[in-house]
Amino acid sequence: MSETQKAQTTTHKIGIYLWIWGLLFVLSFCSYMVDWFQFQGLVRWTLIVTFMLLKAGLIMAFFMHLFWERYALVNVLLWPMTAIACFITLMAAEGKYTVFTRLFYFFVGG
Amino acid sequence: MSDHTLDKLPGGFKGMATDMGSDQTVFKGVNWGKAMMWIFLLSDTFIFSCFLISYMKVRASVVDEWPYPSEVFALNFMGVPVPLLLIAIMTFVLITSSGTMALAVKYGYERNRKMCGWLILATALGGLTFVGMQAFEWSKLIHEGVRPWTNPFGAPQFGSFFFMITGFHGTHVSIGVIFLFIFARKTFRGDFDAGKRGFFTSMKSDYVAIEIMGLYWHFVDLVWVFIFAFFYLW
Repeated sequence: MSETQKAQTTTHKIGIYLWIWGLLFVLSFCSYMVDWFQFQGLVRWTLIVTFMLLKAGLIMAFFMHLFWERYALVNVLLWPMTAIACFITLMAAEGKYTVFTRLFYFFVGG
Repeated sequence: MSDHTLDKLPGGFKGMATDMGSDQTVFKGVNWGKAMMWIFLLSDTFIFSCFLISYMKVRASVVDEWPYPSEVFALNFMGVPVPLLLIAIMTFVLITSSGTMALAVKYGYERNRKMCGWLILATALGGLTFVGMQAFEWSKLIHEGVRPWTNPFGAPQFGSFFFMITGFHGTHVSIGVIFLFIFARKTFRGDFDAGKRGFFTSMKSDYVAIEIMGLYWHFVDLVWVFIFAFFYLW
């Protein structure tokens, strides 16, 4: 109940939601254009990741209200992501090693 | 939670330190259900991360050519193959429904029952459209011979990752749609205004439930952002 009373005084103006909504459409359109114009290689990956992170950030900050939450909650939610970042790094290295051993034993031979 | 006003507490990292060391509830001003939903979403993040990371690892280490998603997911429109057309429409539908959900939460807290109900219904219909298009995409690919163990385009692992990742996401969307319809009915009936007790938990209904529902729905959209980037665009 207290949550409702608190939020009643602090609901945000409709403008901010419409702005974020519009930005999400623009960013989605941009990421679709990456494929449309057939960018390849580093340009493609940089653009994809940039648009992706911007969209994810906007959704979490404003639609999921994290921008207005206290740091205790925000930090509990965001720090575990560093574990995922470590996992990605480890598996990227592992993937390189796997493809090396495959190419070596399949085509060069043991 | 009603015995303090949040504005008097220190903010930022200092506020975090005092919240953590307050010998009271840590997440001040956060409804317990909302905190639990966040923790569930965090664990769900790890599940989806595991799927996407294993996909990355396998795609990086296959010796066969990985199917080119731009061509695999192309759709013929007036006889011309348009790359990723259906996926782009699905992305826009999901973002639209995310926006209506955000507005539903806002109108819920403002006790605008009708507006809130219609927006939740719009969100549910958006989700239903998304699931429908996904079913179409699945049947199209199955018809073209894509299976979890083989496919005509290249590396056989493509199929298993496609069905696993989009299937798991689609399950989340479907569960969300079911709950959105239930919530739309509850909102129109006035459960959240009257504080009516729920049929399952017997707890009093409160508009905070719509924010919790919204968190789940935005998370589904968030996951799609990553799937769209890594599976379809990469």
